[in-house]
Amino acid sequence: MSVVFERPHALCDTPTHYCPGCTHGIIHRLVAEVIDEMEIEGETVGVCPVGCAVMAYDYFNCDMIEAPHGRAPAVATGVKRANPNLMVFTYQGDGDLAAIGTCETLHAAARGENITIIFVNNTIYGMTGGQMAPTTIPGQVTQTTPYGRDPKTQGFPLKMCEILAQMDGTALAQRVSVDSVAHIREAKKAIRKAFDNQKHKRGFSIVEVLSTCPTNWGMTPQESLERLRTEMIPYFPLGVYKDLPVWNGDGGED
Amino acid sequence: MLTEILISGFGGQGVLFAGKCLAQAGMLAGMNVSWLPSYGPEMRGGTANCSVCLSDEQIGSPLISEPDILIAMNTPSFDRFVNTVKSNGSIFVDSSITDRVSDRNDISCRYIPTSRIAQENELSGMANIILLGKVLKNCKDKLGGVTFETLKDSLEHIIPKTKSALIEKNIQALMLGMA
Amino acid sequence: MKGNEALAEAALRAGCKCFFGYPITPQTEISAYLAKNMAKRGGTFLQAESEIAAVNMVLGASASGVRAMTSSSSPGISLKSEGISYLAGSDLPCVIVNVQRGGPGLGGIQPSQADYLQATKASGHGDFHILVYAPASVQETIDMTFTAFDTADRYRIPAMILSDGLLGQMMEPVVFPDIKAQITEKPWSCCGHKNERKHNIINSLYLCPDELEKSVRDRFEKYREIEKTCTDAELYLCDDAQIVVTAFGATARIAKSAVDIARSKGIKAGLFRPKTLYPFPKKELNNACAKAQRVLCVEMSMGQMVDDIKLALECRISVDFLGRTGGNIPSVKEVVDKITFIGKE
Repeated sequence: MSVVFERPHALCDTPTHYCPGCTHGIIHRLVAEVIDEMEIEGETVGVCPVGCAVMAYDYFNCDMIEAPHGRAPAVATGVKRANPNLMVFTYQGDGDLAAIGTCETLHAAARGENITIIFVNNTIYGMTGGQMAPTTIPGQVTQTTPYGRDPKTQGFPLKMCEILAQMDGTALAQRVSVDSVAHIREAKKAIRKAFDNQKHKRGFSIVEVLSTCPTNWGMTPQESLERLRTEMIPYFPLGVYKDLPVWNGDGGED
Repeated sequence: MLTEILISGFGGQGVLFAGKCLAQAGMLAGMNVSWLPSYGPEMRGGTANCSVCLSDEQIGSPLISEPDILIAMNTPSFDRFVNTVKSNGSIFVDSSITDRVSDRNDISCRYIPTSRIAQENELSGMANIILLGKVLKNCKDKLGGVTFETLKDSLEHIIPKTKSALIEKNIQALMLGMA
Repeated sequence: MKGNEALAEAALRAGCKCFFGYPITPQTEISAYLAKNMAKRGGTFLQAESEIAAVNMVLGASASGVRAMTSSSSPGISLKSEGISYLAGSDLPCVIVNVQRGGPGLGGIQPSQADYLQATKASGHGDFHILVYAPASVQETIDMTFTAFDTADRYRIPAMILSDGLLGQMMEPVVFPDIKAQITEKPWSCCGHKNERKHNIINSLYLCPDELEKSVRDRFEKYREIEKTCTDAELYLCDDAQIVVTAFGATARIAKSAVDIARSKGIKAGLFRPKTLYPFPKKELNNACAKAQRVLCVEMSMGQMVDDIKLALECRISVDFLGRTGGNIPSVKEVVDKITFIGKE
């Protein structure tokens, strides 16, 4: 009998703590599949955020470091600069990357730091119980915006791919989603490209993955996917915001 | 023997540099030395000073509150430090920059228009080294192993090779001071 | 060599491979020296976007197994305290340099020792300690930099060199010791498992209280060991001293000159200088004070070390204090006058 489906080697055989219907599991799997396909598990170091994915170090089979809140790009910079031959990725949520860690994120991009960033945007702080995130959409109700986010007092969301696309050091800035099979396939291609970029020393690559949080949105998993499609994608349009011309195999930047 | 020398003036007059030459010369002569600059806004044109200690023994405090020798290259330096000089100490004042005169009679005071002398000898900006020469001439007994030779070596040490033309000029200034 | 430059050169010779910093007076020469020399000698220098980023870059580099260092002055160290706590909680070795200046707030840029409590008691949130070395000369800055890297690696603990503006800016003749850095194997590091071992995890999160308690208790066991092996102090003329002056770092230089003058006046004075502030040399202090009737603590602060002196002496001897702060430095004369005054009491 042939095996048609199995757990990627880069994922540990550990039950995750994620809530039912949460899309972190899919995104973990995509990252792990890419690591397997590129056969880089032995030379990959992952950096975890603070937030729902804080315990991702228990789920990935490569070496893992847990960073302070928002500092994953700085920690990844330290790892990469000390060991340029390692493949280094961060896995960060919206609060981590776009609020407390905005400075670290922008400057890692500005330096063209040769790392890969997986940015999971679900428009809310999940781990702490559903507060307003830097990506919370105007009108969205959260624990700290009980009347809906009002841009007059709470300002506007940050669109990180659009911002990072402006930076000279960014090689790839792409927003994807995991709400459908087609989108999941596209997301994996983007993640693969972000790792390939690093392999070829092309600089800073970020893949923003629109994700759901059924628990804190107060929705069923199906309703959550529907909200992602009807509310999030219109506000955070999917697409490639920056992609340096395809690396042609010779030279590379080193 | 412990000799404490305070060099003070405007930023840009080379007070830190003169101190460095002196400390380096002391080191080349096998003495214990320390060099402590004032730092901060002084670097941007205010007043600057540095403390140089020369000693046969280990140096305790590198910070000088009562110098044996004071080189004052401007009025604020003179005003601030002249009364801190130890009894029987010496002061060397650039009298082309300040017209201040001390009324203390327990110290030896020398007023030399070193900036003017420097200019007249095409050694502009080297009043600091001329003053070092004066100190060497007049306080030899307080400087231990620091001599014309060690100061000359020290200049050759400190001035980068790319600016070697300056070494000769500085040595000239030193000799002018000792004359 | 300037104290700051000597420290930077010592770090290079001690095998420091990565330096991450952010500009602040009066530590700037460390960054400048390493910017010029580090790449040439096979290391990485990077000016970070903030103190916070710098210390976390150190965390990353250290987690991946290399010797790493960051340096700053007082306000910058406050920013680094988040990272210091994570480094300690993750058992990561590194060297953090604090060239102290006056505080609080932006304070001033002149020398100070007002970060004693921060360094020894509260360098970040949580239950932990870091090694704290207090050099008193440019030569000792070099020697302690070597020791700090070696000891940090041996015990997987962050080490701080607590310097100050005076030591950092001053020049003294130095000799670089001809010693090789002690290279410690780091099987725990995250440098890629090469498919040869289980994956390593560097982490400070323990959601289960029992697990967290265990990890903290284990770390405190390590501190007991460190207290036994790493404590260091200088005793100067203490054998028959009736008045023992206690001071660390640059202030100890001033105190030493004062002790000499007091001796010349016939006062039996001595100097106790802790070279490690954590672990604090309690036993050494008690030895120094064997014949002492009075102790005088001299600092460039409002008296941050006084409590440690009193505790170590179990309040058996009365402790006086003389301090200047805000960037002012106590003068030899002030210290001599105070010793003389106490001697007459």
